[in-house]
Amino acid sequence: MKDILNELEDRRNAARMGGGERRIASQHAKGKLTARERIELLLDEGSFEEFDMFVAHRSTDFGMEKNRPAGDGVVTGWGTINGRMVYVFSQDFTVLGGSVSATHAQKICKIMDMAVQNGAPVIGLNDSGGARIQEGVDSLAGYGEVFQRNIVASGVVPQISVIMGPCAGGAVYSPAMTDFIFMVKDSSYMFVTGPDVVKTVTNEVVTAEELGGASTHTKKSSVADGAFENDVEALAEVRRLVDFLPSNNQQKAPTRPFFDDPARVDSSLDTLVPANPNTPYDMKELILKVADEGDFYEIQEDFAKNMITGFIRMEGSTVGVVANQPMVLAGCLDIDSARKAARFVRFCDAFDIPILTLVDVPGFLPGKSQEYDGIIKHGAKLLYAYGEATVPKVTVITRKAYGGAYVVMSSKHLRGDFNYAWPTSEIAVMGAKGATEIIHRADLGDEEKIAQHTADYEDRFANPFVAAERGFIDEVIMPQSTRRRVCRAFASLRTKQAKMPWKKHDNIPL
Amino acid sequence: MFDKILIANRGEIACRVIKTARKMGIKTVAVYSDADAQALHVQMADEAIHIGPPPANQSYIVIDKIMDAIKQSGAQAVHPGYGFLSENKLFAEALEAADVAFIGPPAGAIESMGDKITSKKIAQEAGVSTVPGYMGLIEDAEEAVKISNEIGYPVMIKASAGGGGKGMRIAWNDDEAREGFQSSKNEAANSFGDDRIFIEKFVTQPRHIEIQVLADQHGNCIYLGERECSIQRRNQKVVEEAPSPFLDEATRKAMGEQSVALAKAVGYASAGTVEFIVDGERNFYFLEMNTRLQVEHPVTELITGVDLVEQMIRVANGEPLTMTQDDVTLTGWAIENRLYAEDPYRGFLPSIGRLTQYRPPIEVAAGPMAEAGTWHGDAPEGETAVRNDTGVYEGGEISMYYDPMIAKLCTWGADRPAAIEAMRNALDGFEVEGIGHNLPFVAAVMDHEKFTSGNMTTAFIEEEYPDGFEGVTLDDGQLRQIAAACVAMHRVAEIRRTRVTGRMDNHTRRVGNNWVATLQGEEFAVAVAADQSGADVSFDDGSVMRVESDWTPGQTLARVSVDGAEIALKVRKITGGFNIRFRGADLKVHVRSPRQAELAKLMPEKLPPDTSKMLLCPMPGLIVKVDVEVGDEVQEGQALCTVEAMKMENILRAEKKATVTKINAGAGDSLAVDDVIMEFE
Repeated sequence: MKDILNELEDRRNAARMGGGERRIASQHAKGKLTARERIELLLDEGSFEEFDMFVAHRSTDFGMEKNRPAGDGVVTGWGTINGRMVYVFSQDFTVLGGSVSATHAQKICKIMDMAVQNGAPVIGLNDSGGARIQEGVDSLAGYGEVFQRNIVASGVVPQISVIMGPCAGGAVYSPAMTDFIFMVKDSSYMFVTGPDVVKTVTNEVVTAEELGGASTHTKKSSVADGAFENDVEALAEVRRLVDFLPSNNQQKAPTRPFFDDPARVDSSLDTLVPANPNTPYDMKELILKVADEGDFYEIQEDFAKNMITGFIRMEGSTVGVVANQPMVLAGCLDIDSARKAARFVRFCDAFDIPILTLVDVPGFLPGKSQEYDGIIKHGAKLLYAYGEATVPKVTVITRKAYGGAYVVMSSKHLRGDFNYAWPTSEIAVMGAKGATEIIHRADLGDEEKIAQHTADYEDRFANPFVAAERGFIDEVIMPQSTRRRVCRAFASLRTKQAKMPWKKHDNIPL
Repeated sequence: MFDKILIANRGEIACRVIKTARKMGIKTVAVYSDADAQALHVQMADEAIHIGPPPANQSYIVIDKIMDAIKQSGAQAVHPGYGFLSENKLFAEALEAADVAFIGPPAGAIESMGDKITSKKIAQEAGVSTVPGYMGLIEDAEEAVKISNEIGYPVMIKASAGGGGKGMRIAWNDDEAREGFQSSKNEAANSFGDDRIFIEKFVTQPRHIEIQVLADQHGNCIYLGERECSIQRRNQKVVEEAPSPFLDEATRKAMGEQSVALAKAVGYASAGTVEFIVDGERNFYFLEMNTRLQVEHPVTELITGVDLVEQMIRVANGEPLTMTQDDVTLTGWAIENRLYAEDPYRGFLPSIGRLTQYRPPIEVAAGPMAEAGTWHGDAPEGETAVRNDTGVYEGGEISMYYDPMIAKLCTWGADRPAAIEAMRNALDGFEVEGIGHNLPFVAAVMDHEKFTSGNMTTAFIEEEYPDGFEGVTLDDGQLRQIAAACVAMHRVAEIRRTRVTGRMDNHTRRVGNNWVATLQGEEFAVAVAADQSGADVSFDDGSVMRVESDWTPGQTLARVSVDGAEIALKVRKITGGFNIRFRGADLKVHVRSPRQAELAKLMPEKLPPDTSKMLLCPMPGLIVKVDVEVGDEVQEGQALCTVEAMKMENILRAEKKATVTKINAGAGDSLAVDDVIMEFE
């Protein structure tokens, strides 16, 4: 009997060793942790329950039958993050390069099915050389099965991908369909075709880092939502993100005890908007001063910086924030910022996370490149996302809300629940100068008259009161009381019920 | 007494004058430029009058505009503060003509002390010690030696037309004087085409010590002790104190009496300051007289209990001084640190902008001012005093148009160590965010051995920080304090995380008691035993620290008692720990479980990129123009690009010859500080 028990321990120990000491050392030498070490850091200490430790592949081609390591290059199971259940898979680069076989994929599919059934997030730690070539089409089928599950799980449970090594070819499409992708700087990359193929086909010489490193995907392509210095920081930050997210689409976002007075008045906000309407200011200051404890989890910090997206808490409950950033491109809407914000709004709506929108938008970015690249359709994504969102929506206009961009940014017309404006706001069809030049075209030659018309227009329209008279603004509020007003607004919306007519699914302008 | 006075100034000094006026029951009128419409002095004054655009030469120093404001407000007197019109004879005369009292000295005194040569002559005549020197033409080297001997070595041999160190020699003996004369003369002839030479005493180990005088219009004049202002950066005073740790009673008396003699000689009436340079042997020499209220006047107030602004107002009102020299006593010690919006980590570059956070330490009244009832405001009383003279507030702006001073933080204690310790604590509790500032630097000075021993000269900053300021390294005891505090704080934050909703019942996370804190390259493994009021933190060497604090997550200032020592830490959350600022140090503290710490050690140490081959954006701004292209070879000093920030165009130039390999930004891009604009090879 004892021998049998011992055999289990022996087998477990062998499986835990993954690819063996030499490969573990090589993994460490690359600055990377092993699959199991990563899970240890991701989950609460001692909470990991493993599935399929002894699964091995069934391939017999190319001598593969002689090399059947337990676990088949991926560690799967569940555990807790601050006591809340999550499912996790962690690819083991030390075992057959973490390559994806039919059985490797099966293991991932198993925990994904469990996650959907039990309503808990799926976190994938990706570190894989790609398809297991020896298995041929079986490997591709495995990817396909995973993709299908990503799609089914989308909008049901949060899915988070962390790219912690190579992720190339078809493999990228599983993370691509998850809600968030994070990368580790200098040790991860993602691309559909690698530098060698690029060189052969296009003669471009490019490094893996340039082609698909963390910097590329956080700043240029927007494929990744964030990048971290190393494995340890990345996993700590994923834990932090999970603290914000609901476990599934049937549950409210979690709340936790907070140490910040919901009625806290911050008089420094009264001077946030500069006297000169063309002087920028940092919208992040408002986010930090409105949030509980100044705690802000920014999503896509380095991409389309004219728009800020991320999570805060108010009275301990998660709130998604979307804000124009006047510091960059005057906070205008363009293709990138509209896409970024639209995806974020849809995530919040899918998971019942209330949305706070902070508006200082002078309009859409004009120009040939924007029109050629389809700003019409991309801008429509954000409009659409706001309009379809049925979660609590609170909007605060701090300064400019001009033209179509005013309507887009969670206006009353898109079923905003609370639409507040600071006294400094200007809600108008366009800036005073532009409007004057159109309305008083006849006086264009006369600078004095134009100046007078502009001043008149400013007096009449560069304020929140015209909109407030029509009920498009529910209340003009003091900047210093923004936190209190917004907290109370969300508090009153906790029981909000809003429905869309039945449809198979919508047809967002993709 | 006046009913209403106008303050022809801005910022902290305007606020400070308003406080005293208010106490005396006098109404105040502020003046302000466009840039100061929201300023604190405008909010504090009873009335405020707009006087023009932001640049001072279109507002604060335009005499006509101030005169208009006086007329409009009906103010009977004007306090000029310091700077601006405070030492402007024409302004004093204009006021006299308009029959408005000037809260400052007579125009004649301003004029005679305003000129270096005249003031030195008057001083000499009044029996004030001046730097010995020979201004006449020196024929040859032998005459130079003779004169040098008369003055006494060491001497400085200087070209009349000299500047920038050219044509300047220091001689310690006859040979050096002979040789120095000749080389100075040659150099002067070659550099300036003017070989006239003069010789004066070279002051070794110079210290800047000044005497505060106070005179009325009835011929009474007293001195209120000295202030030492040796800690200066490029002639800008940074740290001041009163009394000086260097003076003895006899020297103080001699300096004081000579200062009074000078004040009387020029018919002085108001508060004024006589500046001296003092050498290592306590020989003192007159530098100049400042005919106004000095920036650093609070340290004198704190040790004498005299409200100098009140005295200035009374003197201007024609009242005689109510105290005599015998009434002046110096009690305890006061220190002033000037907080400037200058980034010490970037060569003290001015850093203007919005104060997103501005939370000065709580003022505490103590010492002579508290006893004399001259303390401003209603600060609680304590053992040591904290006084903060400021003109800004949270959400306010440090403007590019004016002096970048944020505040003058002063402390008073029964003796110098007490005052220094109070200052350290006050600085630790002073939160300023949004702009770069010199708070860490002055905190470092407060711990510098040369400062604490009182053994500093005017070369202190130059000598002790020749390569600029790079922060402070904390000692083992301080590191342990911080490690213990951070572990306790981290534990609180982690326990809070486990109280999130949606947990699996009966399977909740248990936060452990063993932690590893990593900071400043040191690692401390500790065990925490927490109870109702705090925690015992045991280090692996067996020592135990008791930590108590009311800190909760999100607070940016943690007041922690570590083994009974009260410390204040500036706290910012980072991944897996905190960023802590304390005593001039700025460090990352990681707090991890033993296993996390073990794995973290496997992480590669990433060296910061070598920025010597990059052009970094020195300030947030907009790229207006890029002057070079990839592949261009640039020469030292060549313009690379133009960045517009705060309406100013800044041309960035090549520091050395290099080839441009990459350009990351183009015209129209807005960049943050340290964004890489281009790279070189």
